[in-house]
Amino acid sequence: MLKEAIIAAFGGHVRFDGSQRPASVSACVVPRDRFGEAAKVMKKAYALLAAEWASDETSLGRGYGVFACYRWGSEYLIVKTEVPSGDPWFPSLCRSFVPAFRFERQIMSLMGIAAAGNPDVRPWIKFEDWPAEAWPLRKSFDAAQRMPRVTGEYIWTRAEGEGVYEIPVGPVHAGIIEPGHFRFQAVGEDVINLEERLGYVHKGIEKKFESLVWQDGAKLAGRVSGDTTVAHSLAYCMAMESMTGCQVPERAHWLRALFLERERIANHLGDIGAICNDAAFAFMLYQLSRLKEMLLRTNLRLFGHRFMMDRVVPGGVTVDIEPAGKREILAEMDMLAADFEKLVTIYDENPSLEDRVRDTGILKPARARELCAVGIVARASGLNLDCRIFNPFPPYDRHEWMELDVPVLISGDVHARAWVRIQEVRESIRIVRKMIEEMPDTGTHVPAGQPAPDSSGFSAVEGWRGEIIYWLQSGPAGEINRCMVRDPSSINWLGLELAVLGNIVPDFPLCNKSFNQSYSGHDL
Amino acid sequence: MNVYPFISEILQIAIVLGIAPAFIGWVRMLKCWSQGRTSAGLLQPYRDISKLFAKDVVLAENASWIFRFTPYLVFGTTVLAGGIIPMLSIDLPLSATADVIVLVALFAIARFFTALAGMDIGTAFGGMGSSREMTIASLAEPAMLMAIFTISLAARSTSLSQIVQVIYSGQSVLRPSLAFAFLAFVLISLAETGRIPVDNPATHLELTMIHEAMILEYSGRHLALIEWAGMMKLFLFMSLGAVLFFPWGIDATGSAVGVVLAFVFLLLKLAVSGVILVLIETGLAKMRLFRLTEFLGSAFLMATLGMLAYYILD
Repeated sequence: MLKEAIIAAFGGHVRFDGSQRPASVSACVVPRDRFGEAAKVMKKAYALLAAEWASDETSLGRGYGVFACYRWGSEYLIVKTEVPSGDPWFPSLCRSFVPAFRFERQIMSLMGIAAAGNPDVRPWIKFEDWPAEAWPLRKSFDAAQRMPRVTGEYIWTRAEGEGVYEIPVGPVHAGIIEPGHFRFQAVGEDVINLEERLGYVHKGIEKKFESLVWQDGAKLAGRVSGDTTVAHSLAYCMAMESMTGCQVPERAHWLRALFLERERIANHLGDIGAICNDAAFAFMLYQLSRLKEMLLRTNLRLFGHRFMMDRVVPGGVTVDIEPAGKREILAEMDMLAADFEKLVTIYDENPSLEDRVRDTGILKPARARELCAVGIVARASGLNLDCRIFNPFPPYDRHEWMELDVPVLISGDVHARAWVRIQEVRESIRIVRKMIEEMPDTGTHVPAGQPAPDSSGFSAVEGWRGEIIYWLQSGPAGEINRCMVRDPSSINWLGLELAVLGNIVPDFPLCNKSFNQSYSGHDL
Repeated sequence: MNVYPFISEILQIAIVLGIAPAFIGWVRMLKCWSQGRTSAGLLQPYRDISKLFAKDVVLAENASWIFRFTPYLVFGTTVLAGGIIPMLSIDLPLSATADVIVLVALFAIARFFTALAGMDIGTAFGGMGSSREMTIASLAEPAMLMAIFTISLAARSTSLSQIVQVIYSGQSVLRPSLAFAFLAFVLISLAETGRIPVDNPATHLELTMIHEAMILEYSGRHLALIEWAGMMKLFLFMSLGAVLFFPWGIDATGSAVGVVLAFVFLLLKLAVSGVILVLIETGLAKMRLFRLTEFLGSAFLMATLGMLAYYILD
């Protein structure tokens, strides 16, 4: 659909790039001045913007490449435009797609390519005490150098008027969570604006990838966001395998899916408990934490790591499961299902809790679409998106056998986001059982091979937060030239800003917990 | 002149100071159990307080005398309040000098200064907490007075000793007016002592805090005094409820044995009230801030109904 749409609109001015892998993902190049027009065509074709990023291709003998990835159903289309290094700018997409504005601020800050037409030119992720001319993602930037500190100012959105006051929160918070700054403009207790400032855990991960060999990239990907380690390393591996043409054994696929679902269950359990705890209903937190801990300990026993970190590697997985382990997981799932249902009943039948979670922090479906939200946030706001359905790898591709039921709610409030998680835990328990029972007997690992020079790979994996996208590009010697990481948080953080509007200040923690986006995955 | 009243007065203040942390410990212990956790034990609050006393005070540069003075004032008024509630013996010397309206006023002074101290430093959270606390105060205090007036009508006095005397000697059957006043008192106590569903004493979320937001900047001995006063306040509200509505076992004769018996009864009543408190706190989520008006409004309504019931039924 998207491919046809862009061909119809651009005709001979669009060139398709055959070096993009996997073959199911199309990539095309459009002239720079028509990059924004391509976004409009995509918008007309009902596409959502999945990611926007830039790559320094000077080592490949070109200038910079600016990429926009669009998604419609299960089709991904990457639209690229080439930017000469002497004149680094590209037309902004933020008139067509709202999330583009943060992606473009990021491109401007880190790659130094200006987005013409983007009204917000403040730095993002990069802080103002770095020299304005330092572009860390450019090849000419030496990651080992020490940066001189300069004085800079970040201009916040301000509200003025009688009774308006400002509440700065963070970046260091009272709980054991990651750092991020939130600035509220409030009248009385009503929030009239919330502005996020992130980037406090920027670690230069994307730059670091470029100094690693392909095999080690999976390890680093597993550390992008610690709570999503399986999904991130899996997305990296799949993108890389698509470039080398590596055929991963069937059993390895199934084990990856098993890890992914166990990660999903564990995190959802923790989140549901944490949401209740933010409404001072601590009972749920402690009970669900107990169940989560049970899962993590089983992971440690069976797979050697509580979060299954580094268990997914290019070419397969490093651990296998024995019949005894299968029985243990089945028994654990039985126990989990029974306990979980009891707790869901408590959640569902407590009126004081219901009063807090219903109609709080609403992200309307229209807004969620505008923001191109992904994952649980999208599914709680009426968007039916799930890579396990639309972009599956085995065994998810056996739809009729798996019968995966993706919960989609339309109310978009805290309750919807909690309930999507509850339904997903139920589904995941069911499919974990199914996968355990019918796991095929093949090997678990094959050599992954080396990607060819100047090629690119793409993958989209449904982590527990939502769709994770990796885009890899190899350099002239076949090394990693660029690794683009798009955690769901990169998009969904915007949703929180909108969901909080019109709510009262003390309800913010509840809204925030129901989104529970990753700071680390966003800041990279 | 009998010396026992003075001994029991001193004893009572010692009890308030000494047992309040244990009572909080008991509540936390029950709470842990109700959530399926292991508790830190009855003595943890003592350890917390002594830890805080051993720590240095970190004071903001722009803190005025109000900020430094408030912990002592809050602690002092709370101890004084502890001296005028007859818990063990009806014959309490200090009780004659201060009646139940003074009791409400003592808590109001402490609250007023805490709110000032919250705003004194100038942080956003302090001001936010103060504004919320005063909102609650403006609703809780009238309801509290109304409930108390209902009881004083029955006793024809605002002196706590008198009230307890009348209720103790008079009817063991609850009067309808007292039943309404009791319900109002329970709701007000939850609000006044900052318990769930009004406030969450265990939260770390600055934006949701009420009482904790005001004292967020306190540290060291200042915080120890405020925490201790907070524990005493909960203890006092529980004992006030126990003594006003269920005065069984209180010593009316002024004998040593009576005081000891009264002490045992008090402990029993507090233990039970702790269980009820934990049941309420475990079964309810914290309510949305603006639901507080309905919550405290209904407390006021209960108290008013109690007063009407007194004229109609009693």
